[in-house]
Amino acid sequence: MSDTSSEPIRAGFGRGLVKAGQLDDNVVACCADLTGSVKMDAFQKEFPDRFFQIGVAEQNLVTVGAGLAAAGKVAFVSSYAAFMPGRCWEQIRTTICLNEQPVKLIGAHAGISVGPDGATHQMLEDIALMRALPNMVVLAPCDSIEAEKATLAMAKDKRPNYMRMAREATPIITDEKTPFQIGPAYVLEKGADVTLIATGTMTPQAVKAAELLYKDGIEAEVVHVPTIKPLDVKTILQSLKKTGCVVSAEEAQITGGLGSAVAEVIVDEGLAVPLIRIGMKDRFGESGDPEQLMRHFGLDAQHIRLAAHAAVERKK
Amino acid sequence: MTTKQLELIATDIRQDIIKMLEAAKSGHSAGPLGLADIFTALYFDILKHNPKKPDWDERDILLMSNGHCVPVRYAAMANAGYFDRKELLTLRKLGSRLQGHPERTKLPGLESTSGPLGSGLSQAIGLALGLRLNNQPHRQIYVTMGDGELDEGNVWEAAMLAPKYNLDTITAIVDRNNIQIDGPTESVLPLENLKDKWEAFGWHVLEIDGNDIEAVIDACAMARAVTEKPTCIIAYTVPGKGVDFMEYDFHWHGVAPDHAQAKKALAELRTLQGKIRSEHE
Repeated sequence: MSDTSSEPIRAGFGRGLVKAGQLDDNVVACCADLTGSVKMDAFQKEFPDRFFQIGVAEQNLVTVGAGLAAAGKVAFVSSYAAFMPGRCWEQIRTTICLNEQPVKLIGAHAGISVGPDGATHQMLEDIALMRALPNMVVLAPCDSIEAEKATLAMAKDKRPNYMRMAREATPIITDEKTPFQIGPAYVLEKGADVTLIATGTMTPQAVKAAELLYKDGIEAEVVHVPTIKPLDVKTILQSLKKTGCVVSAEEAQITGGLGSAVAEVIVDEGLAVPLIRIGMKDRFGESGDPEQLMRHFGLDAQHIRLAAHAAVERKK
Repeated sequence: MTTKQLELIATDIRQDIIKMLEAAKSGHSAGPLGLADIFTALYFDILKHNPKKPDWDERDILLMSNGHCVPVRYAAMANAGYFDRKELLTLRKLGSRLQGHPERTKLPGLESTSGPLGSGLSQAIGLALGLRLNNQPHRQIYVTMGDGELDEGNVWEAAMLAPKYNLDTITAIVDRNNIQIDGPTESVLPLENLKDKWEAFGWHVLEIDGNDIEAVIDACAMARAVTEKPTCIIAYTVPGKGVDFMEYDFHWHGVAPDHAQAKKALAELRTLQGKIRSEHE
């Protein structure tokens, strides 16, 4: 693994959407006045008749999507995650999840790394909001290449899907040959001392933390969870039973997110496995440089490393 | 079907609504009774549909955005032959296909799941855009909405969008009965001038007596004839229509009749039915 190149995760979505559109005439896209930012512009250019500009109206965005799905369309709808699903959760619940319409929701600019725009635009609760909904699939790819694959997989998936993606360029840690399906968690590094379970932008940080830990004499197993719901319990359990302690990492609130999902697995299975959750700890962010903010709020490889040491200590 | 036949069906539907609500012991009375003429017109004249093939791919689409009034739809569907009328008495009971608010995946023939207000019109837009891409621009989409529902912002987001794409296959029918849970619409949140509002948003607007079946049929025919613009039919209805002690009384918005009240209501409706029979003879 190397992090020599980087690219925003949303760029992969943009490429994937065009490819999905080429593969299937039923793929359509809707946006709420953020077409370039969410990377729907290439699709709009190539398929102008299959792109719909909804305006700054996120409740309408997702419900128009439900109607398009009812007409048999594969509808991708996108805005900033703070606004979608932030503003239109009930519409998603009723007209998409309960109504079983397989709309593809794309939340852009998720996480604290949105940076200078500040707390209003740093969506941290989207995983919890979407994970609580029956029938919803929740995805957080770790880089732009995986986001492209996830987009193509979503286009074929018959369920409602939510995918979150970050604004800033993040390291590319997968390649064209790396496997991806909706559902499985992937063991990126094998190790016996501690499990690092990460999703989205925190997966590259977990990989980096594993390198640092190796130098510290700790062999960390890195489990990447691109599908937060439904969770690949089997892969996670296998790792936890092997290492006996775990650190979860996500660029989101620890309440209701991936860390909560891992805690649920531990409790449901009756495991005595210490868990330390890295994420936003029940507070809002603030304006700042993205990298500075990630460090400030403890969302980087160094903090994962320290948490891993603490988790290993608790095992004893 | 003659107007007399349709009026008799509407009275059957009203009686079914009373029986369903009495058996369910909860639900909305006034709205469904007021909508009985509109739903009779839709299911027995206006809609292209097939009760034996609810998913027929040439059917018109009827979205019910005011999901709380669904008893009228269930009663109309049963009378049209979608399912046995006996099933109506399962309304709101455990295991029933007739949920308190409509669920598409439970009962064939329902086009969407609704209850939380304000989301039907935007789904109609999605359907109209999708059907246009599917080369089925002839399929009509009807959406019923409550007037209290127009308090929801989602409605006006959709009202702005439909004219942008010239979605002339959409006909919105607003049940203008002037009541909502907390009282008269004009005291809860004034809606007037409603006609001007829809026109300002770019809609073709018709105002009709929503308890006049012929007027409903004529207005929908006119809506189909209008091109380039969606149509909004503001249908003035009497809440609780057909049952004297329920008419115009907002207290009946969200409650069901007890046994004595149901008996009285059914007697009134049977008298009305007799009157319709003799009047047209």
